[in-house]
Amino acid sequence: MESRLLVLLLTAVAAASLTGCGRHRAIETADADRPPVIEPELERRQIDPADIDTEDFEVGVFAGQLSVEDFGVSTVVGARFAYHITEAFFVEAAGGKSDTEPTSFERLSGAAQLLTESEREYSYYNVSIGYNLLPGESFIGRNRAFNSSLYLIGGVGNTRFAGDDRFTLNFGMGLRLLPLDWLAVHADVRDHLFDLDILGHEKTTHNLEAHVGVTFFF
Amino acid sequence: MISTRLSQLTRFVRGRVARAIVRVAACAGLALASAAACAETYQVVVEDPYLEMRTGPGRGYPVFHVAERGERVELIRRRTDWFQVRVPRGDVGWVPLEQLRRTLGLDGEPFDVPAYELADYTERRWEVGALYGDFGGANVISVYGAFGMTPNLSLELWLSQALGRFSDSKIVSLDIVHELFPDKRFSPYIGLGAGVVKTDPKATLVATTDRSDTAAHAGAGLRAYLTRRFVFRAEYKSYVVFTSRDDNEEIREWKAGFSFFF
Repeated sequence: MESRLLVLLLTAVAAASLTGCGRHRAIETADADRPPVIEPELERRQIDPADIDTEDFEVGVFAGQLSVEDFGVSTVVGARFAYHITEAFFVEAAGGKSDTEPTSFERLSGAAQLLTESEREYSYYNVSIGYNLLPGESFIGRNRAFNSSLYLIGGVGNTRFAGDDRFTLNFGMGLRLLPLDWLAVHADVRDHLFDLDILGHEKTTHNLEAHVGVTFFF
Repeated sequence: MISTRLSQLTRFVRGRVARAIVRVAACAGLALASAAACAETYQVVVEDPYLEMRTGPGRGYPVFHVAERGERVELIRRRTDWFQVRVPRGDVGWVPLEQLRRTLGLDGEPFDVPAYELADYTERRWEVGALYGDFGGANVISVYGAFGMTPNLSLELWLSQALGRFSDSKIVSLDIVHELFPDKRFSPYIGLGAGVVKTDPKATLVATTDRSDTAAHAGAGLRAYLTRRFVFRAEYKSYVVFTSRDDNEEIREWKAGFSFFF
């Protein structure tokens, strides 16, 4: 038990010295030994206001389900990066990856295969603008409230599926819950629209995605 | 000049990485207390009759606490134009920048934080952005990074993907851009560039091959400074693609988008 405490203490000390805490303390004690020549009338400010930790960037990962029109529902995983411009607007770049299933036609006919294994892989990226529509507090139970925001989001991007890159529009909405000031939990629903011509005629497909994710502000 | 700009960038990146590491350490439950004790903070004194503290960084969050005149509050972090503050009693809440401007620093000077403004935009060194538009009939999505060599001249690296009906192209180009009035909110610019266009015909077409050609282009555009670190940008470029066929290909490109600088 004691050795575990010791390890914990050592880790804390190591972390403190890594973050530069130790250095500051050393300087402080050196200064404290010497009496000041002139007693300053004003207290010195500790840091420059420009050095206040600014956290406008958000980075994180997500996982969920993606329904690809005619090609079944599969698990999707991805990453997102956002920059908050104002309290209302943010821009986001995201990318995701999924596998798709054979169409019903392929399953029923038995032998006919529309796509090769590698063509079945579905990947996308997009750049979007979001608007925090309903910022506020959400209560979970009687006593616990989290900051939350319902946002609308939409943008453009590319989807690689069935052997080609396809220009893709996306729009949807999401819920951002902040259990801590720098940690957010997201739940998103997104529609990805692109034209697909592999099933005989060209048509606009709607590919719905629902995912949950975690992001860090930094 | 370039070395000072590079060192500014490394400082920017290093600061963020260091803070992220501290946070991850805290997140893992390690050195939570030491990280908190270590954090340096900036303090201000409330000058208004009161300072409203909200539960979150936005107008939609409720006011839950009020700091009184003369009370000393500690600034913890900033998100967009909101600051998280802590009062001596320990309550933590968010205050907008315009309210903090009416507080005093410990040196008696009004609190003033350099909010990004037009002057910072004029002196920007690095800029990144994303644009969307039309590249000879195809949808084009571009991202770029720019480095300001002088207030007028900048070097830009562009990565674009054009998604058309019959083919997709990936374009990499290096541009040199001259801004005519870099100190104005609306600033037109002209540019020249060269790069490589890689064209990949659609898989549903038969008997086609991928090809890679060099290309040169000239263009003109307009930057408009919006707010904080945010810039709107629209431009036109005319490409000549040096193909291996008899004729060179000419492509016109229009696009618009947003960028931010640091």
